[in-house]
Amino acid sequence: MSGLSLNGVCKSYGPVNVIKNLDLEVISGEFLVLVGPSGCGKSTLLRMIAGLEEITDGTISIGDRIVNDLPASQRNLSMVFQSYALYPHMSVRKNLAFGLTNLKMSKDEIKRRVDEASEILQIGNLMDRKPRQLSGGQKQRVAIGRAIVREPELFLFDEPLSNLDAELRVQMRVELAGLYNRLGTTMIYVTHDQVEAMTMATRIVVLREGKVEQVGTPYELYNRPQNLFVAGFIGSPKINMLETKCQSGNGASQIEIEDFGSAEIARLGSDSTAITVCVRPENFEINGSGVLSAKGKIVLIEYLGSELYLHLELSSGKRLMIKAPSKAEHLVGDEMSITIDIDNCHYFDEAGLRIEPAKMTEAA
Amino acid sequence: MRKFFVRNLPGYAFLTPWLLGFFLLALGPMLISLYLSFTKWDMVGDPQWVGLAQYEYMFLKDKRFWQSLDVTFTYVILAVPARLAFALMIAIVLDKGIRKIGIYRALYYLPSILGASIAIAILWREIFNIDGVVNAVLINFGIQGPNWIGNPDTSLYTLVVLAMWQFGSPMLIFLAGLRNIPTELYEAAEIDAASKAKQFFSITLPLLAPVLFFNIILQTIEAFKTFSSAFIISNGDGSPADSLLFFTIYLFNEAFTYFRMGYASALAWTLLIIIGLFTAVSFYTSKYWVYYENERD
Repeated sequence: MSGLSLNGVCKSYGPVNVIKNLDLEVISGEFLVLVGPSGCGKSTLLRMIAGLEEITDGTISIGDRIVNDLPASQRNLSMVFQSYALYPHMSVRKNLAFGLTNLKMSKDEIKRRVDEASEILQIGNLMDRKPRQLSGGQKQRVAIGRAIVREPELFLFDEPLSNLDAELRVQMRVELAGLYNRLGTTMIYVTHDQVEAMTMATRIVVLREGKVEQVGTPYELYNRPQNLFVAGFIGSPKINMLETKCQSGNGASQIEIEDFGSAEIARLGSDSTAITVCVRPENFEINGSGVLSAKGKIVLIEYLGSELYLHLELSSGKRLMIKAPSKAEHLVGDEMSITIDIDNCHYFDEAGLRIEPAKMTEAA
Repeated sequence: MRKFFVRNLPGYAFLTPWLLGFFLLALGPMLISLYLSFTKWDMVGDPQWVGLAQYEYMFLKDKRFWQSLDVTFTYVILAVPARLAFALMIAIVLDKGIRKIGIYRALYYLPSILGASIAIAILWREIFNIDGVVNAVLINFGIQGPNWIGNPDTSLYTLVVLAMWQFGSPMLIFLAGLRNIPTELYEAAEIDAASKAKQFFSITLPLLAPVLFFNIILQTIEAFKTFSSAFIISNGDGSPADSLLFFTIYLFNEAFTYFRMGYASALAWTLLIIIGLFTAVSFYTSKYWVYYENERD
């Protein structure tokens, strides 16, 4: 079990810089998830760690070994691919044993490891089948089994659940989390699905255009996003962003939000006059009457069973997403008023960086 | 019935040119040649029914028949693997993502178009002549090359080299097959510590097996039917010393030099049966070594 260090890592394809001077410390034994929109470089980064992609600059170390020039096979890691990448002409057993045979392990050792993996993943009854005879979930298990048998220092997962249907994805997510708890090996997991990231990670790295936007626990990312991009990317449904005029004086800031009116809050740590207030769908009080209240019309209702999301159109035409109790009775076209929970807002300056208010005080 | 015919009339109308060609130019002559193979006929007068006499003579008495089989089988056994190996090698090189690959593909395919032409066969004869280009190059290294084509010990190999040079068509098919193998499999194998050789034998070859099988069948049939280049290089009679007496040349001479049409027809049917047997055996054994991704279980 080893950690991983990336120092000043760059990757360029000709003039295009995909990864830009990236530093990252992966703590030994953690489940780190790389998340970001398509094209942010997360899969490239994973492939660079795996040794499938050369790095343009910087160093990658696994444990205390610099592995820049080591081929993938000598980095002592395993990778689970998005497409599973099972050898289609080999049985499940041979798929699992292939890597171990290449490492010239004894037959007894190969058998022990393959049997153990098949027991962990409950694929004992599939061992003589070819990949084409397996369902998506079974293929995924075999792909994970192939990674397990190597007993590597590091597991890499490249969007391993994206080819599965929604139900199976949830099931495999739970199984992967269980596997992590059982093995305790360092895992690096790439996904564009933030639900996967939030539910599985011990820490999340949010990437955008080859740069790290924020590293933190799921709780930190959700509750203290360091910039507008992270605030918008983490959280489903998406956070509501409200353009705000702000005037800061001694000890207090006056903010004015279209449709909601104005309020005095504790002084924001920035002299920006145009700031963005972000409010998560659950941080609105329905039919509230405090400051920063607005009226709107329900234009769409999303009923998810345990929760209810209302798409509200304000008089300015701005649309917001509001979370309501699932048992609340609302109809499309209903008018309703909402109040911002001022204690749970996030503030960002013109550059999109988080501003910390000192202490919220409500003012008329 | 009438309704069925009326409904399908346009279909049959479109099929007619092909059906005419098939019946008049393929099936008809084939059946006639089958009949002729049981007769003695010099293209003048009526064929005389001789039963299996032509086949009996062929298998039991005709030494040139066995010589032509020997030459043809030797050629098939050498030329087909050589051409396929060469084609696969070039396909693997081209699959590595070379710039302007289209130009290279066209260039490499060119010999396959030209190779079958009479002009190239004549050129080949000049290249391998005693005073040809090959010997002119060898003399620079102090080697006096033999008369490659005039020497019965080497003449067949010059044709094998010509066959190798015509690798374009199987190469294109291999290239298409290689493009179908997902890159992730090689990456998984890379992580699984498989050497390049192991990747070739454990991934490339098994996954290319359907394409390889197709190429083997196609190229073997083509090799059994080799005619024009061998005809030109051997002056049309299989010389020197019958070392280039391909089955097709022997058959051609029996038919159009000696006008033994009955015997030539028997030879033609024997070649057809040999090719048919080879194909049947190949298909039968393919289930042990050809893997199909979408095979039914």
